[in-house]
Amino acid sequence: MKGFPAAARETLRDSQLRRNLGKATTTIRAKRLNTIAELDDWEALRAAGSAIKARAMATLPEQLEQLEAAVTAAGGTVHWARDAAEANRIVATVAKAHGSDEVIKVKSLATDEIGLNEALAEQGIQAIETDLAELIVQLDPNDRQSHILVPAIHKNRAEIRALFERTIAKGQDLGWEATAIAEAARRHLRAKFLSVPVAVSGANFGIAETGTICVVESEGNGRMCTTLPSVLVTVMGIEKVLPQWQDLEVFLQLLPRSSTAERMNPYTSLWTGVRDDDGPREFHLVLLDNGRTEVLRDEVGRQALHCIRCSACLNVCPVYSRTGGQAYESVYPGPIGAILTPQLKGLDAAPTLPWASSLCGACYEACPVKIDIPSVLIHLRARVVREEKSRWEPERLAMDAVGGVFASRKRYETAQRLSKLGRGPLSKLPVPGWTAMRELPEVPEQTFREWWRERGAR
Amino acid sequence: MRAALFVTCFNDTLFPGTGRAVVELLERLGVEVDFPEEQTCCGQMHVNSGYADQGSALARRFERVFADAEHVVSPSASCVAMVREHCPAVAERVHELTEFLVDVLEVEDVGASFPHRVAYHPTCHSLRLLQVGDRPLQLLRAVQGIDLVEIERSQECCGFGGTFAVKNADTSMAMLSDKLRHVLDTGAEVCTSADNSCLMHIGGALRRQRTGVRTVHLAEILAARE
Repeated sequence: MKGFPAAARETLRDSQLRRNLGKATTTIRAKRLNTIAELDDWEALRAAGSAIKARAMATLPEQLEQLEAAVTAAGGTVHWARDAAEANRIVATVAKAHGSDEVIKVKSLATDEIGLNEALAEQGIQAIETDLAELIVQLDPNDRQSHILVPAIHKNRAEIRALFERTIAKGQDLGWEATAIAEAARRHLRAKFLSVPVAVSGANFGIAETGTICVVESEGNGRMCTTLPSVLVTVMGIEKVLPQWQDLEVFLQLLPRSSTAERMNPYTSLWTGVRDDDGPREFHLVLLDNGRTEVLRDEVGRQALHCIRCSACLNVCPVYSRTGGQAYESVYPGPIGAILTPQLKGLDAAPTLPWASSLCGACYEACPVKIDIPSVLIHLRARVVREEKSRWEPERLAMDAVGGVFASRKRYETAQRLSKLGRGPLSKLPVPGWTAMRELPEVPEQTFREWWRERGAR
Repeated sequence: MRAALFVTCFNDTLFPGTGRAVVELLERLGVEVDFPEEQTCCGQMHVNSGYADQGSALARRFERVFADAEHVVSPSASCVAMVREHCPAVAERVHELTEFLVDVLEVEDVGASFPHRVAYHPTCHSLRLLQVGDRPLQLLRAVQGIDLVEIERSQECCGFGGTFAVKNADTSMAMLSDKLRHVLDTGAEVCTSADNSCLMHIGGALRRQRTGVRTVHLAEILAARE
């Protein structure tokens, strides 16, 4: 881990990335604003989404047990995974039981979080990503995801064409038409959909009341994976549970408008256990904790678990839209990643992420479930300072000293007089980070309060 | 009407002209201005940097200093946002300058004249924390002689963000580069806003690049009689 400032320094230099990302985020920002403006009850929907999530989290044990009972009653098998290793082992065991050395995957952040593909590879099982952007990232061994929804957002058409012509469309000339380039992926994937017996998915929502799992997607690959293979394994973070079927009414409006700026996403797949005459014959639901219970303990930070992975906060973020997702060194980039990653992995694993924000508030404004990301960032900064920084760290000593100065008018006014030393040759001294691009302000001859006193005396 | 000026430690020390402008402007509008000299810092830097205890001590101090004020007025949206959230004892009596002018004094035309081409930068904290809306623009539009122009993607952060500007200097500079380009594209000679902190950042780069564009706090334009 390089930490955000160093990782961002590298990505910021990539002019192609800056161009691709700038263009993509600018376009989606405008589209999202137009789409949400169509609904006059948007703010009420946000409030409802926030309230439903808060209720689900407050009653999580009951919701999960109800979900387990409902899935089991519908013929599914529920597994509980404490951490990544347990979840990966469960998926590998199911795949092996069916003698498959390949699984096809629906785009899933939970499985990325636990490193499922790598864990399966160690067991001799190849995981094939079927989401177009995930496939693009998977085909390039040097590439990594950079966006929650569009993992290959950093790549443009020319780069994708070249990648395909090197890999799945060797020796072909795909041309410049997007449809022709996508067709190469379609041909490659269609063969897999029809032959691989085991599929792995994530879950957007899991309904406790009915045991129904919901996956929302745009390309139809998810529908293929959840219907064609005979075995389906879903890895679901425990925070994805919703109490009731009717809760979907709220979230199926909030999610597509916030993520792709669509009124409705093209494919919404819902399934409840198994059926004799349709879809997979075997369904496994893996309920993944992997740090989430710990996050729930933090009264301020826990709202990060309300996230529905729409990526609106990434798209509106002035930091993310320049650095890209790879600077966050996590499956979860952008503002939500900056509050989720340190909580899931531990503050010591990502101590710079809570500072990867100018606290501009654009994320909070956009969040469909009203996660107050700036407040959680500030809260996590305080936790890092309290739990991770030594008492003798220079910054802490400086902050303590400045705090002491501000605590007394006398010390404050003395410090103001000292600041005037900055008027002389000292004003030419470089300040790391600041003077690389900006002049320092000139320290004035007279402070405001000196003027005020002088004026009173007149 | 009486109002206590919360000038902010930052303006007090580095941008006294803004404090002087607020005093002149408010007095011109018939307000009697106090300046409680015990005031120092509201604690925002500590709070936002993760030093919650020190920040909270300064917030309590702020509440004591301004305990008796009927109205508190400040030329910093960012510091007012801090006080609104962290100083409940005075929160409702604290107004950012444009809020005070438009909501309390109920004026739009403050009798200013400023014959220059001006680009208004709505700062994040004025926009999204305080939600001052178009109050600054209502006031600016009424200034005589002003040629007010809009900055493209004006609502996007300039990249200051307090210690963010030095802790994440590269990212901050990338954000600033785009903001500068949009400011320069307007052809304005002056860039203004409700916060000198953002203006120190934008203005520092405008000067470094010898663009000839200067930054001026909103209060100084509203006080101007050129």
